[in-house]
Amino acid sequence: MQFAFTEDQLAITQAAREMLVDTCTPADLRKLLAQGETFDKTRWQTIREMGLIGLLAPESSGGLGMTLADFIGIAEAAGYVGLPEPLVELAGITVPLLAAMPNDRGLLARALDGAVVALGHPVNPFAAGASHAEAFLLDDGNSVHLVDRQDATLTAQAGFDPFRDLAKVGFTPSQGTNAATGWGDTADRGALLAAGQMIGLAQRCVDLSVAYAKDRMQFGKPIGSYQAVKHMVASAQVKIEFARPVVHAAAAELPLGTLAARARVAHAKIAAGEAADLAARTAVQVHGAMGMTWEVDLHFFLKRAFALNQAWGTPAAHRALIIERMETLPVGPDKMFACEIPA
Amino acid sequence: MKLEYTQDQRAFRAEVRDWLEANVPPGPLPSFDLTREGFEVHRAWERKLNEGRWGMVTWPEPYGGRGLDLIRWLIFEEEYYRAKAPVRVNQNGIFLLGPTMMEFGTDEQKARFLPSMAAGDIVWAQAWSEPGAGSDLAGVRSTATREGDEYVLNGQKIWSSRAVFADWAFGLFREPGSERHKGMSLILFPLDAPGVTRRAIERMDGEKVFAEIFLDNVRVPVADRLGDEGQGWHVCMATAGFERGLMLRSPARYQVAAKELIALYQANKDRLPPSMAERVAQSWMDAEAYALSIYSTASRLDAGGKIGAESSTNKIFWSEMDIALRQCALDILGPQAELLPTAPDAQDVGAWLNDYIFALAGPIYAGSNEIQRNIIAERMLGLPRA
Repeated sequence: MQFAFTEDQLAITQAAREMLVDTCTPADLRKLLAQGETFDKTRWQTIREMGLIGLLAPESSGGLGMTLADFIGIAEAAGYVGLPEPLVELAGITVPLLAAMPNDRGLLARALDGAVVALGHPVNPFAAGASHAEAFLLDDGNSVHLVDRQDATLTAQAGFDPFRDLAKVGFTPSQGTNAATGWGDTADRGALLAAGQMIGLAQRCVDLSVAYAKDRMQFGKPIGSYQAVKHMVASAQVKIEFARPVVHAAAAELPLGTLAARARVAHAKIAAGEAADLAARTAVQVHGAMGMTWEVDLHFFLKRAFALNQAWGTPAAHRALIIERMETLPVGPDKMFACEIPA
Repeated sequence: MKLEYTQDQRAFRAEVRDWLEANVPPGPLPSFDLTREGFEVHRAWERKLNEGRWGMVTWPEPYGGRGLDLIRWLIFEEEYYRAKAPVRVNQNGIFLLGPTMMEFGTDEQKARFLPSMAAGDIVWAQAWSEPGAGSDLAGVRSTATREGDEYVLNGQKIWSSRAVFADWAFGLFREPGSERHKGMSLILFPLDAPGVTRRAIERMDGEKVFAEIFLDNVRVPVADRLGDEGQGWHVCMATAGFERGLMLRSPARYQVAAKELIALYQANKDRLPPSMAERVAQSWMDAEAYALSIYSTASRLDAGGKIGAESSTNKIFWSEMDIALRQCALDILGPQAELLPTAPDAQDVGAWLNDYIFALAGPIYAGSNEIQRNIIAERMLGLPRA
């Protein structure tokens, strides 16, 4: 029993985090939007050169053969900076999915080289990162179809978070497009990694609140010196502290694929979503009327949290899964870890 | 990261389970807060635990422990709550004073106090709060006047759990004339020493769970001071870290309560609206989240880390979770909820009311949740002091 990251895991997370914090500031996000873009090619090049896209790909494909537990800290960091590019989805979901396909038609190699492959999973009717995708993995009756950009019809869907880059993607299924018989654990991976990003987003919202509350003066004092403000922010931090370990446990347990493991992922998604929601709304309140404006950076993070909360399975659906696990499998302190519950 | 018990850890769990199954007394013991007899029955149980060397498994062997790590302590606690073994009458000693003594005590003090603590021969009470010093603990006025090799203690302490029947107390006193965080010392004193008067305070349900302690020229040797003279505040804050953050409320307590809540829900499911499932599930999820958080803290501490501001986030979380969990059970019970355990139709559900009443105090003791939120805001997040 060792519920802690290894030195190696901490080092790789730290390196990725520093790069993301340096290259993806709110000023960078604003600049990108001002150019009418949702994708920074220079940053994507840096991400690719750091080898982050292939972290979870098998070594035989030129990847590093790492696990979700190695990657979850990077998902948190991507959330923390509000990263527009689809690093988390591509490296954490799409690449492993392609690697498991009997015939990926060379797409895995292209993805590892930085080509964006967007997902149209049944729980997400709108594909994210769609306009920059060179190919899509799309659903037809729960089978996975590999569709090139030129064979897909995109109907762009404007969203609250402009960086989500959503589209409804149409295609004509055929023997030629059919690439796999099912999605496997894709939705669980999506939920876990959305949870990881929401932990980062929640922490960013708390950090923004703290910075503003130190600076903003009312009644002759920084508003952060008032208990009413302190307690609100502290409550948001408590929510984060009791979501994060669930997310980390879910990263380690997801590969088991059992109901107990899937319920942990569901718990992680709900807890991280509630933490991000509370932290974002607290941040709006702390910022006062400024919190509602475009001028303050907070909205980048609020919008991403808002979007991810419904992505990869809704809180209601995840709650139903948890109730199923609670009612049908043993509970108690010696039955907490998923490996204690036989499949 | 490895979320799987080792073979050794599994064997340890089996050993604990076997011993508890053979030794835990059937049925609940009489309350240790109502009568001397109830208190002594609990002391006898502590002695039995110690005979099996289960008093405090993390302590070094010479002090009555087994020298085990915190993961094994968690496993022990899980089995302890699973077996419905008696509440630890000496929890102020083993969970608060013990770890503090391990950090600040002299070898002589450790050898003198820890084995008797593990054995339940000395049951401890905490004597920190005063009528004028609650949340503002640095406002303590009780004094320790040094006279040669002795301190002379004077003043009044309050809200001391177990102090009605306990043997010794660890108290916070200040050098006369000192102010606030300076000049305080943590001093151990017998509760039957000349000059000590105890007065029970009845809780709203009549249980004598805490006491006032009056000190009138109580003389204690300087050797019974824990930590350096004048460093009492620092020593107390270390104790508070263990109390809030880890030992006082081990997660198994809530996981077993959540398991019982689920059983209660399933037994009554036919007459309950479906929405109740979500509330029960939330309590269970919270208990699991708390346990996961503590496993992660324990892994870090076992690797040489120190407990930090998570003490305060933990304390808020477990105290609020505890109330929500008991409230959920009472809402399932409906009209039965208000019955005392002695009522003819209470059957075995009266314990939920008891636990609810106790849970109401959670956001107050061990540092009120408002103080914890201040600590999180100021020390963890860096917001300015008022």
